[in-house]
Amino acid sequence: MPKIRLATVWLSGCSGCHMSFLDLDERLIELASKADLVYSPIVDIKEYPAEVDVVLVEGAVGNTEQRRLLEEIRAKTRIVVAFGDCAVTGNVPSLRNPLLREEVLRAVYGEGEVPGLEEGAVPKLLPQALPIHAVIPVDRFLPGCPPSADRIWKFLQGLLAGKRPELTGADLRFG
Amino acid sequence: MVNLRIDDTPVRAEPHWTILTAARATGIRIPTLCDLDGLRPVGACRLCLVEIRNWNSRLVPACATQVQEGLDVVANSDRLISLRRTILELLFAERNHICAFCVSNGHCELQDLATELGMDHVTFPYRFPALAVDASHPKFGIDHNRCVLCGRCVRACAEVEGAFTWGFAGRGVFTLIEADLGAPWGQSTTCTECGKCVHACPTGALFEKGKITAEQEKRHALLAEVTQRRPRA
Repeated sequence: MPKIRLATVWLSGCSGCHMSFLDLDERLIELASKADLVYSPIVDIKEYPAEVDVVLVEGAVGNTEQRRLLEEIRAKTRIVVAFGDCAVTGNVPSLRNPLLREEVLRAVYGEGEVPGLEEGAVPKLLPQALPIHAVIPVDRFLPGCPPSADRIWKFLQGLLAGKRPELTGADLRFG
Repeated sequence: MVNLRIDDTPVRAEPHWTILTAARATGIRIPTLCDLDGLRPVGACRLCLVEIRNWNSRLVPACATQVQEGLDVVANSDRLISLRRTILELLFAERNHICAFCVSNGHCELQDLATELGMDHVTFPYRFPALAVDASHPKFGIDHNRCVLCGRCVRACAEVEGAFTWGFAGRGVFTLIEADLGAPWGQSTTCTECGKCVHACPTGALFEKGKITAEQEKRHALLAEVTQRRPRA
């Protein structure tokens, strides 16, 4: 059986979901025998490749660069997974959403030039941090803040077996 | 006694029972949110909607509909699961219910319902309203971001404590729970600081100060215990 082409992406999130992914521990070895990690914050590849089978997207969509990457991901990937509560609901990054973008940036950077207010070296901050399904169609949802390694493994095992993993009961819990 | 059917199971019920009471007595689970033992039912959240086959499949709230002879009730079906999940998604989309940074994370009826009803994401756009937290009370706080407007606090305060501190203000999605016609809770002259509203609250909207998330477990049975111990005329 050919290895599946797996990618992971880190948008507006704390990387906790990726930490939880690494908590798969020795199961990573089994995963490596069945999947090639073709793009990830823990892999030194700069461009999102073509023909990816599965991508785990951590984080909400918070700026224009992330929105552009997400659109590219959708075009090049068979199964897009919202990975963790930020990707599924907006979660912690969405705390800023009731406030105005400029007020948020001014509160952080003060007066003068503010990165992210307009398009520049730093991408422009979107008015709200949104769950990824607000921007692109999403195939699967894997909630949790972060989802536990066991939950991730249960989900990945289904995918690796070519099934449509359905999380139920306690595995569906937010927070 | 009244005879009816719930999910094709024959049920014998007291004539004053609601469909929800009859279902519980038979061990049939119907999800609820605004219902709380010891408080009068109001049918506000609509999560307990059931279908009455011999009423042209009409939907009625099980908590606020009295049993009748010969009722043929559907309490669980694909249609009802889909409707309940939609209601739940609307509740999540309406305010800022973000489990990861809520004082009630792990002890929340809304969070539990999402798990029970298989809600893996919210299909409606979130409103992200700018809502306040009133921490003026020395012992308790109210976070409107977490409120589902079930009115359990309003009923607990009126029906059990008899203080009538809490009320609804505004309309529709702009409705807020208010103490004493909009005064900060800490300045309320009617509040007895009994905490019944906090223990009635299904989410993190009403919370105890000085308690971390892990300790924020509420005593939902408290209201029923108090009303049962109360001497009756």
